[in-house]
Amino acid sequence: MITLLVNGESHQVDLPPDMPLLWALRDVLGLTGTKFGCGIAQCGACTVHVAGEAVRSCLLPLASVSGRPITTIEAIGATANGAKVQKAWLDTEVVQCGYCQSGQIMSATALLDRVPQPTDADIDTAMAGNICRCGTYVRIRKAIHNASQA
Amino acid sequence: MNAIAPGTSRRALLKGGAAAGGGLLLGMFLPGLARVAVAQDAGGPSGSGGPGTAAAGFAPNAYIRIDPAGAVTLIMPDTESGQGIWTSTAMLLAEELEVGMDQVKLQAAPPDNKLYASPLLGEQATGGSASTRADWIPLRKAGAAARTMLIQAAAQRWSVDPATCQASKAMVTHAESGRSLSYGELADEAGRQPVPKDVKLKDPATFRLIGTPQKRLDTPAKVNGTAVFGIDMKLPGLKIGTVSASPVRGGRLVSINEAAARSVPGVQDVVRLDDAYAVIGDHMWAAKMGLQAAAPVWDDGPNAGVSSASLTQALDAASRGDGVVAKQKGDPASAIKSAAKSIDVVYELPFLSHAPMEPINTTIHVRPDGADLWVGTQVPVRALMAVAHETGLPPEKIQVHNQIMGGAFGRRLDVDSITQAARIARHLDYPVKLIWTREEDIQHDLFRPFYYDRISAGLDAGGNIVGWTHKVTGSSVMARWAPPGMKEGGRLDPDAVEGAAETPYDLPAHRVEYVRAEPQGLTTAWWRGVGPTHNVFVVESVMDELASAAGKDPVSFRRGLLGHNPRALAVLDLAVSKSGWNQSLPHGRGRGVALQFAFGSYVAAVLDAEVAADGTVRIHRADVAVDCGPVVNPDTIRAQLEGGLIFGLTMALYSEITLSNGRVDQSNFHDYRMMRINEAPVVEVHVVDNPAGSIGGIGETGTAIAAPALANAIFAASGRRLRRIPFATGQLASA
Repeated sequence: MITLLVNGESHQVDLPPDMPLLWALRDVLGLTGTKFGCGIAQCGACTVHVAGEAVRSCLLPLASVSGRPITTIEAIGATANGAKVQKAWLDTEVVQCGYCQSGQIMSATALLDRVPQPTDADIDTAMAGNICRCGTYVRIRKAIHNASQA
Repeated sequence: MNAIAPGTSRRALLKGGAAAGGGLLLGMFLPGLARVAVAQDAGGPSGSGGPGTAAAGFAPNAYIRIDPAGAVTLIMPDTESGQGIWTSTAMLLAEELEVGMDQVKLQAAPPDNKLYASPLLGEQATGGSASTRADWIPLRKAGAAARTMLIQAAAQRWSVDPATCQASKAMVTHAESGRSLSYGELADEAGRQPVPKDVKLKDPATFRLIGTPQKRLDTPAKVNGTAVFGIDMKLPGLKIGTVSASPVRGGRLVSINEAAARSVPGVQDVVRLDDAYAVIGDHMWAAKMGLQAAAPVWDDGPNAGVSSASLTQALDAASRGDGVVAKQKGDPASAIKSAAKSIDVVYELPFLSHAPMEPINTTIHVRPDGADLWVGTQVPVRALMAVAHETGLPPEKIQVHNQIMGGAFGRRLDVDSITQAARIARHLDYPVKLIWTREEDIQHDLFRPFYYDRISAGLDAGGNIVGWTHKVTGSSVMARWAPPGMKEGGRLDPDAVEGAAETPYDLPAHRVEYVRAEPQGLTTAWWRGVGPTHNVFVVESVMDELASAAGKDPVSFRRGLLGHNPRALAVLDLAVSKSGWNQSLPHGRGRGVALQFAFGSYVAAVLDAEVAADGTVRIHRADVAVDCGPVVNPDTIRAQLEGGLIFGLTMALYSEITLSNGRVDQSNFHDYRMMRINEAPVVEVHVVDNPAGSIGGIGETGTAIAAPALANAIFAASGRRLRRIPFATGQLASA
């Protein structure tokens, strides 16, 4: 059995230790806000926080996160920076199809946790791992600046 | 708060539709004006079985339902894949209905061509930047008809002249007597009012929604993880599967190790089709591991030898023959022969995958007596018919639950994955969610056609264009997807020459031809920006080549050909002035301009790009000007141009599907690259205020304008002309 500590709740799951966290979140725990985009840690749609760090859940084996605190998009709004980022995303109307935005918001929140007043260069570096096919990058930059000033 | 109401019964809507849509006869690509007819036929009379009487409440037409408790539901004829159409469409209805955007719930229209066919596309489909153009008048009429009937109902109750009543925020008020009634209170009586014969639309001066930046209704759920895309479906007893199809089109499955697949913990079933197999499990990981364990053996079939080299060779050969004439003005060939200067060039645009962020997926439950389908599709009726065809079930026994889409870009105008899902689900007695891996999504996409274009043009001694010929060679999506859309006895694909046969310019002699050449073993499909994404790149690049040959500034060269076209001239001038066109740039940087008229909108762009010594291209800034006539949601127009531009720049710099030994070489985002935030320019969008102009589409315009503006900026920066997509930036390195 593996202990998954997700959004403050503890779950005992009987799953293969090499199974990536993404599928446990989506298909077993029903937390579908975290998205499958590529399966090879190229697009960032599956980004979650493990112990406060933004990580790609599509390649992260369950064995490596057992007992560690995991936060997903469903609960990030309960953190100060997560709430600021979500509000800035809506105020700036960042979202188009929205499919990548869970991952974008998780990456942006982790950035603000680390760098409260990021520059454009900080943003580009921190967010380069998150692909948006709709091309909302212009607004993502604006929204992160707005959130950092909120 | 979720603005999207849970699905209602398709049967109820179809029953309602019988009266509202009765007698409509739609033809492909004939302006059948379904939406106009439905709107004008608003308010099926009492006792007709129309939606006004099908249930308690008020359903004056196919787009609006008001229940006695006052809930206002707007039915969305167009599908939402991120372009913001649900908000814009809701604005059109809410404006005339006189309800607030915070008072409506939105719901996807059920599959029904009679009610929801796009008058521009001829069927219930969302694409071609057609939605707002199609909805602009009919949906406002639908809202106005409902408002008129609600006011009539209130006036009757109060025995006053309807002209003395006013509607606002879902209430009808009689100011003189200080009385008011909510739409909910009026719903039943409104349903018994006669249908207005000629509804009066609001004076645009009184618009409170149209033309103002309205917050999108679908975005709150998309920032907190609660939005449900097709891939997020949850159902009792649902299993999850993944699929592998023959890596070569036309290949066959010879064998799989089914026992090995079934021995993977969590695997429940293995289904074999003749050209694919699926593994179904408790979760995607089990399905993926089972898929791998099955170690398939394929018979590659007749297309095993297909390669990019063989396909390009075939296109080149086809392009040397005569095509069907799409445009003939004067005698350009003779004019070019006797020109002072001429150019004769080939442009190549490769096969492209769509790669929406939400991989292809279908959730389906086939039972002996019916089926349910949960999917994000741009074509709900085709989706329904695909399931009917594969299962043999009558269409009325099949429910389609259309979902918001994590991007579509034309991919979800095809139903090949739904057909495949139905073939698999026939073997299963439980609901299954079939998810394609990204590798399957890229390799089994239906690709944008490869276009091979030959252009010749000549200049006189004064640097003026004397003749222009353009021959497009490529496959025809239209011939496969919508054969009645073909012209010239089925030989001319108007999409393949869109943006080439008609340009914004006054050319003295002009000939455009089309040669249809289908690629062996591949099916091609619509892709964002369709015809214009191909032709505007070619035409605007050649225009720049000619300006350079004439020794003229690219902007003034174009201006000289636009005297007849004030809207085009105005967007060009606006983009140019905002870009600082005449200000000098550091060495290695240059500005490129492009202009287009496509999807009914005028767009011009100026890009500022830098070519580094190692050939790396960095785009610093883009100024985009647009005139789409009346503006519905200005913020959505900006968003679509910003994003569309980046979609087109991604194509220009990175996108290409190639084949070797019949197999697609690319498989995921590491080798089918997307532009990332650190590569994205600053984009400024400038919207021309032209409420009296004809209304244009928006979703695809930014994509079409991107590549030529970038090619021209690279030329300005480096002196190198790039005629093949994706741009061979490696060749730009300084010697």
